[in-house]
Amino acid sequence: MTTNEIINPANLVHKKTDLLTDVPMHYCPGCSHGVVHKLLAEVIDEMGIQEETIGVAPVGCAVFAYNYIDIDWQQAAHGRAPAVATGIKRLLPERYVFTYQGDGDLAAIGTAETIHACNRGENIMIIFINNGIYGMTGGQMAPTTLEGMKTSTSPYGRNVELNGYPLNITKLLAELEGTCYVTRQSVHNVAGVRRAKKAIQKGFENSELKKGTSVIEIVSTCNSGWKLSPAASNDWMVKNMFPAYPLGDLKNV
Amino acid sequence: MEEVRLMKGNEAIAEAAIRCGCDGYFGYPITPQSEIMETMMLLKPWETTGMVVLQAESEVAAINMVYGAAGCGKKSMTSSSSPGISLKQEGISYIASAELPCVIVNVMRGGPGLGTIQPSQADYYQSVKGGGHGDYKMIVLAPASVQEMADHTVLAFDLAFKYRTPVMLLADGVIGQMMEKVVLPPFQPRMTEEEIREKYPWGTLGKLKGNKKNVITSLALLSEEMEKTNNHLQAKYREIEKNEVLYEEFQCEDADYLIVAFGTCARVCQKTVEMAREEGIKVGLLRPITLFPFPTETIKKYAEQTKGMLSVEMNAGQMIDDVRLAVNGKVPVEHYGRLGGIVPAPDEVLNALKEKIVK
Repeated sequence: MTTNEIINPANLVHKKTDLLTDVPMHYCPGCSHGVVHKLLAEVIDEMGIQEETIGVAPVGCAVFAYNYIDIDWQQAAHGRAPAVATGIKRLLPERYVFTYQGDGDLAAIGTAETIHACNRGENIMIIFINNGIYGMTGGQMAPTTLEGMKTSTSPYGRNVELNGYPLNITKLLAELEGTCYVTRQSVHNVAGVRRAKKAIQKGFENSELKKGTSVIEIVSTCNSGWKLSPAASNDWMVKNMFPAYPLGDLKNV
Repeated sequence: MEEVRLMKGNEAIAEAAIRCGCDGYFGYPITPQSEIMETMMLLKPWETTGMVVLQAESEVAAINMVYGAAGCGKKSMTSSSSPGISLKQEGISYIASAELPCVIVNVMRGGPGLGTIQPSQADYYQSVKGGGHGDYKMIVLAPASVQEMADHTVLAFDLAFKYRTPVMLLADGVIGQMMEKVVLPPFQPRMTEEEIREKYPWGTLGKLKGNKKNVITSLALLSEEMEKTNNHLQAKYREIEKNEVLYEEFQCEDADYLIVAFGTCARVCQKTVEMAREEGIKVGLLRPITLFPFPTETIKKYAEQTKGMLSVEMNAGQMIDDVRLAVNGKVPVEHYGRLGGIVPAPDEVLNALKEKIVK
């Protein structure tokens, strides 16, 4: 069979959504970001809301999200994405506005912006990639780094006496009156990917219904930062991250 | 018929913003400027013009809400006072780099630190030299009356959109708190989304089919690209310096000595000029209205005509640097100022003028 026969439209079973651009992704092989980007692009495409969606990119590995998904974007200062999204959404209340943030961005430097946007019940979706590490800056300790977990700034493992406890921010956000949907998902296997996609769609639907803030945490891997192979990272995540950050809905109003 | 009202400078800003079609205000309370947000909340513009007024959780959040709103091509603003403006510097640097138009009001109070709630002009350097990280400037307007608080609000938005740049209204606690009569600007409708798409096609209003996506960002990892961004910004600042200098001259024609002062100090120094002239000392007052761009050429011209200049500021001597750069050693330039929230009196300034300049 020649290549041309293989790419015959009649044989097409799965097509990459047009919303994913052809810009080569800078993410490491095995990183969860690529999968979550694809899901986001697919959901926006399937819901037909490309013209009405504005994304807010963070500081961190996903800063270049705007290169990969073909919608209007704003890139926010570190941790400020929920405030930027608030400014957009308040002036464009009929648009779909989402932020895409990592754990350092959302749960350390941007804690105040995250909590207050959620507490105001901004009709936005927050996608929260939690891999327990600062990926872009080279693997430093994050607020969600597990106890005993080694990073470049906790080389002997996170010591709670020195660094405090891993911050379960999603649980905290579920307590706020302003959030309508708080869920924790993963994309390490097919079932997880399917559930994560449904969660993202629900987040957009909640925005449309003006129900409040939707928070979708994706417990993720950072094989470069964790210094493990992609497959070993998945195993490590299941064994260590999931007990600390159990999957499932924390709130669904 | 024009409408004359008696109000505080802070209230005039709020009224003018609503009237000139501002889309969104985001702020955090701090003395001596809280009346700006309070007035807006009382006026409920969301019921009339549709303007959004939101109290943010911090100055940091407020300036980033402005970033988001401005990125959509919307007219947006924030206001604060000195310590709060320090917190906004990160956001202002991003706004300057991403080339977003917005208005930032600083009703200055005495610092450093928590300082005092009394008026000051000690944020001159911070405002005109950049303030946050990186090579950038803001257009800085220095109102000296309640009328100018209203007029400059309208002007600030015009300049912000003309150059896609943040514009600061640099007032102080006196101008913010004092009451004077003011003619408010006429109502302008807010721009529709269609108008924004046409006039500001860079705004993130949602990517329409057939259009390229819009991205508001300040990131360029490649140095060559970032240098290009910087060169573009610098070219814009040179253009602003060429076109937008504003100043007022008071009894300068025959002056032997020149006082340079802005904002509240300029009001005080008008009296000083009159007192000096009664004593036969020919003094003029040059009041920069734009602090960036600075009236360098005009001051240079007066360096040929006068025997000395006094820069009067409510700080330890900041604008004097720009006066001296303009004068370039031609005549002596000295500074007189009060610190910590004290407004100098006209006779104090006259004594300083006699001691330091008129010898």
